[in-house]
Amino acid sequence: MITFMNNSDSEEEPCNERTSLMSAESPPVPSYQDGLQASEAGEAQAHRKRRTGSSRSPNNIADGDMSESGVPVRESTLENEEEELTLKYGAKHVIMLFVPVTLCMIVVVATIKSVRFYTEKNGQLIYTPFTEDTPSVGQRLLNSVLNTIIMISVIVVMTVFLVLLYKYRCYKFIHGWLILSSLMLLFLFTYIYLGEVLKTYNVAMDYPTLFLVIWNFGAVGMICIHWKGPLQLQQAYLIMISALMALVFIKYLPEWSAWVILGAISIYDLMAVLCPKGPLRMLVETAQERNEPIFPALIYSSAMMWTVGMAKPDTTARGPSQQTWDAAEDGRENHRSPSHADSRMSETRSPVPTRPISSFEELEEEERGVKLGLGDFIFYSVLVGKAAATASGDWNTTLACFVAILIGLCLTLLLLAVFKKALPALPISITFGLVFYFSTDNLVRPFMDTLASHQLYI
Amino acid sequence: AFFWLVSLLLASLIWFVSVHLSDQEDAKLQYGLLIFGAAVSVLLQEAFRFAYFKLLKKADEGLATISEDGRSPISLRQMAYVSGLSFGIISGVFSVINILADSIGPGIVGIHGDSPYYFITSAFLTMALVLLHTFWGVIFFDACEKRRYWCLGLVVASHLLTSGLTFLNPWYEASLVPIFIITLCTGLWAFFTAGGSFRNILKCLSCK
Repeated sequence: MITFMNNSDSEEEPCNERTSLMSAESPPVPSYQDGLQASEAGEAQAHRKRRTGSSRSPNNIADGDMSESGVPVRESTLENEEEELTLKYGAKHVIMLFVPVTLCMIVVVATIKSVRFYTEKNGQLIYTPFTEDTPSVGQRLLNSVLNTIIMISVIVVMTVFLVLLYKYRCYKFIHGWLILSSLMLLFLFTYIYLGEVLKTYNVAMDYPTLFLVIWNFGAVGMICIHWKGPLQLQQAYLIMISALMALVFIKYLPEWSAWVILGAISIYDLMAVLCPKGPLRMLVETAQERNEPIFPALIYSSAMMWTVGMAKPDTTARGPSQQTWDAAEDGRENHRSPSHADSRMSETRSPVPTRPISSFEELEEEERGVKLGLGDFIFYSVLVGKAAATASGDWNTTLACFVAILIGLCLTLLLLAVFKKALPALPISITFGLVFYFSTDNLVRPFMDTLASHQLYI
Repeated sequence: AFFWLVSLLLASLIWFVSVHLSDQEDAKLQYGLLIFGAAVSVLLQEAFRFAYFKLLKKADEGLATISEDGRSPISLRQMAYVSGLSFGIISGVFSVINILADSIGPGIVGIHGDSPYYFITSAFLTMALVLLHTFWGVIFFDACEKRRYWCLGLVVASHLLTSGLTFLNPWYEASLVPIFIITLCTGLWAFFTAGGSFRNILKCLSCK
């Protein structure tokens, strides 16, 4: 699974980190898979954006069980059950990821189609300095390639910077960075967005009301994302900030540069996660070594994990890794789990707040969520949004890209279940999306239009 | 849905290439090419449905081997229904969404002499098509499973027939009515293929 972490920095260096989906196995704790993708998005207005996502699959937890039970007789049945659990959870997690990705895309497409602001060209980010208003095709192509190179190098630099900070345990700096970036995102971007939507629908709103609304929205968002809050509210906020970020990208990236950047980012993602010296891979491995979850608020997590009283002897009591908890608390919990390696003890954690819904205590199996990087959300939405904005075949192209991206996500999750390690979530989906976009726009559209004009059905 | 999209892609590729290689001015030729393109598309759709069947069969076997009681959690019939439904949905959506989007905007239907019933007939045709795809999916999978190849041939033929009937638009009596008749017959056929019977209906209605 790929998790994304995007951190946008101070004004001079906006950066987004993308972490690809990862599945991490940490021996004392039943392994989990995380997908991390850190993508760095530069903002001309120097907004910070954070995207995190990690996908975890429950498979590793089963693996962890095996290492702890150590009974050879049980291994074959355990394996079968693992695989069955894998597939059962796999299917459920695919659905759990489809819904937020779809929601994000719907928000982006709805905004693009209705609010004119996001399709007007009003300048470019400083990360894409070359203009595309050139007379010749070759010049335009060259400019877009140069823009892409600059953007990707900014992202690489920021990712490496973040990984170094993480390695040298400069947690305060990282947290400050993340907080400032989400502050900017939640307040400034929301203000602009709300302003544009109100303008489009010609609704008047006075400043005190606006201030109240945005203040409440932003404050609750900060608390939810960085501290504790109901899971669904946190998910909703993460979806909203991904959508806002994607909208900014769609507005400020010039046409060809956007497509080339999408392609280049998938390649970068592939390399950053799979190469042994890739920054994202190092980030994930370092996090696993230290038994810490990757930065909260950069990852979309579809479920909370907690230890519940285990009736089944096979599952190990895991340290919960609820994304809404602090990193510190998580660290503590993870360290405690090795001492509770024996899964037969029914262990209900006393510090677990009443929020974990009591119905889950009846669950015999742990509820493992899947994590996806927010950068993934953002780039998927950018692709679909650009298709909605610029395709002349309108809805057909948008729909085709949407289906392509979802199928790519499905395949990625399948691969995750097979490989059980961190995987980049971008390449397959973006490749499918790009292929379908260009082919639908150029090939399918004239065909369907001609058919529709004669009212022929196939 | 993905498989349908890929089949549509390939069909449009073929049509596109053929259009560009041919004379663009000749309207009759273009129309003929359109018919050809539509026929190719229908055949490709059925081919991809078959490919999807093969894929699902493999997945079904995999699921069956690893499940506890040797049976897969999803029956082949359910898979047939879902696959047919998804083919239908994506095909219907692709056919109708642009029309829907245009229907919001200002305009008058049929001002250039076309039929004023364009929208409503499109809606009905799309509905029929979605249902038909669902039924075809059920019959198709069942026929492949039981190796009744004449059933397969019938499904393909009826798809071609339906598509051909739409070529008779805007003579709506000749196209809509037969298509609905075909839809009903195929629906009944699919119902009986899936194991329904009059007794089942009675049982269902009396809520036993």
